[in-house]
Amino acid sequence: MNIHEYQAKALLKGYGAPVAEGVAILKVEEAEAAAKSLPGPLYVVKSQIHAGGRGKGKFKELGPDAKGGVRLAKSIEEVVSHAKDMLGNTLVTAQTGDAGKQVNRLYIEDGADIDRELYCSLLVDRSVGQVAFVVSTEGGMDIEAVAHDTPEKIHTIAIDPLVGVTADDVAKISKALELSGAAAEDAKSLFPALYKAFGEKDMALLEVNPLIVMKDGHLRVLDAKMSFDGNALFRHDDVKALRDETEEDSKEIEASKWDLAYVALDGNIGCMVNGAGLAMATMDIIKLYGKEPANFCDVGGGAGKEKVAAAFKIITADPKVEGILVNIFGGIMRCDVIAEGVIAAVKEVGLTVPLVVRLEGTNVELGKKLLNESGLAITAADDLDDAAKKIVAAIKA
Amino acid sequence: MSILVNKDTKVLVQGLTGKTGTFHTEQALAYYGTKMVGGIHPKKGGESWSSGVDGTSLPIFASVAEAKEKTGADASVIYVPPAGAADAIIEAIDAEIPFITCITEGIPVMDMVRVKAKLDKSKSRLLGPNCPGVLTPEECKIGIMPGSIFRKGSVGIVSRSGTLTYEAVFQTSNEGLGQTTAVGIGGDPVKGTEFIDILEMFLADDATQSIIMIGEIGGSAEEDAAQFLIDEAKKGRKKPMAGFIAGRTAPKGRTMGHAGAVVSGGKGDAESKIAAMEAAGIKVSPSPARLGKTLVEVLKG
Repeated sequence: MNIHEYQAKALLKGYGAPVAEGVAILKVEEAEAAAKSLPGPLYVVKSQIHAGGRGKGKFKELGPDAKGGVRLAKSIEEVVSHAKDMLGNTLVTAQTGDAGKQVNRLYIEDGADIDRELYCSLLVDRSVGQVAFVVSTEGGMDIEAVAHDTPEKIHTIAIDPLVGVTADDVAKISKALELSGAAAEDAKSLFPALYKAFGEKDMALLEVNPLIVMKDGHLRVLDAKMSFDGNALFRHDDVKALRDETEEDSKEIEASKWDLAYVALDGNIGCMVNGAGLAMATMDIIKLYGKEPANFCDVGGGAGKEKVAAAFKIITADPKVEGILVNIFGGIMRCDVIAEGVIAAVKEVGLTVPLVVRLEGTNVELGKKLLNESGLAITAADDLDDAAKKIVAAIKA
Repeated sequence: MSILVNKDTKVLVQGLTGKTGTFHTEQALAYYGTKMVGGIHPKKGGESWSSGVDGTSLPIFASVAEAKEKTGADASVIYVPPAGAADAIIEAIDAEIPFITCITEGIPVMDMVRVKAKLDKSKSRLLGPNCPGVLTPEECKIGIMPGSIFRKGSVGIVSRSGTLTYEAVFQTSNEGLGQTTAVGIGGDPVKGTEFIDILEMFLADDATQSIIMIGEIGGSAEEDAAQFLIDEAKKGRKKPMAGFIAGRTAPKGRTMGHAGAVVSGGKGDAESKIAAMEAAGIKVSPSPARLGKTLVEVLKG
């Protein structure tokens, strides 16, 4: 789960991290009061969407020469004028896709005098099974490009979970970021605070890009991107409350209510599969036969009949879907449960597109029997290859 | 021969009394009499569990340590729900269970960071979490793999994905090759056993004449495994291999079900993994439906 920049900064502020003063607004009328509450005279107006590349992004409704999704303002009037320009319009960035994202929230922030821009992120380094800091002096830009072109400028410092961030770790990070003076002093509290926040809130990624050294020599978190481990949300009601559903695909929201792993894609063959690997492989084989999947959908291991039915309804509700492939290799998941769920869902919402079902594994005979006796127009498939061929052929027909 | 488990492996079940634990313990008992020796429940110690299928009764102990002492178990399988699963693994590590398999899906990653730190300093091996377990045909079934698709034979199977493990098993059975052991290492980013650990065991196992390795997008475990195979081949240790990588069509930056399956930061995409595996002499099948046939082609030379 992702949250907005202003929410991430508020969370980090609670851990003592240095962030600028700022106010989030939903309406243009709130812009003036928001700016007046800040010290000035320099302000930054930032679009709050769950996608990066906002500064270089363009608003669809404005001309190509209009400024991007993050703007500087030197007066309160300018803040208001930017707010009018940005709120309600659609921002297209390198990460939003061509459709872009509507800007429904702005963050008005106190401006900073920047001396240097650095990169700092925390994530779980799977090669060692520890939380690691990834830092670079090349902040403020696309870190993937830095990693590709100049990998020597990226430093990874893994933290031993039994002892946490040590003075030695801070020294390594500071050296990698070439920090000195006031910034090196700030580092002694900032990096342990970021680590604490990451662990206590079960984050999946915390990216501060840029982390800046200001002209007065101090550090400040200028931007913050935060995403959380979905498996740990059960113990973080405060984090769940930060969710902005307007930023998410409606089908994905419905799927998450049922704890289904669902990702909306652009193709027209709907897929319902058990197991993430098999679900990806099913997408791959559809493509191998020349078609595109409409979604990734893993109904998981312990799904009951209701969950299977919910998944089926989400898939059929997608207007792009011209055919459905159900591919189940039952281990923990029993084929009869899948069959019951599919039958229940079809009886409730009807079936207007071809449906191919491939069942194998635990209780397969019972599952096949249920489908055969249901009287529904279901095409049975013998194996994965056969299933993919049949659904692709059904759509082309 | 086989790896990890055989007919003598004695298995405890943490989370036996739940619905999932019960179902799969019944299945394990029914699979060539896998030696299930007891269950653990902190509040039900002294009681017993019985199979709804054939009435087999198993004792329940209050702790893993007590269960190990009284049964001589050398393995444990965990079906405990996500919130308590990490503590269940740690209890098994503290009781010095040599081989722990965690089936539970959805354990918070930070919990696994805590487990990993403990595991690295222990004598235990952990398989998983979020994995289907391990099965040696006609001898021992730990976890949730459907026993009916297996056939005793010569192929060692290792996979990050549960259901794709079944595909490989099913297809090698259909080709008449059969399996020595099939191992699902699990789809989480932080886990106990990696490809390299299992590949080492298969290379050392005389009965394993060929290997199927199934990876997926995310991380660099497949690339690391490929490098390991290249290094071992230089020492003259090499077996015919086929493979598959799931997620060729997955969009970048989106997590595909498994917490570990995400292409991010320019790392972990399918193409680089396939290239690394091919470089290590693994024939990578473009289709998940042709794993068995691809291996047969490799064996024919």
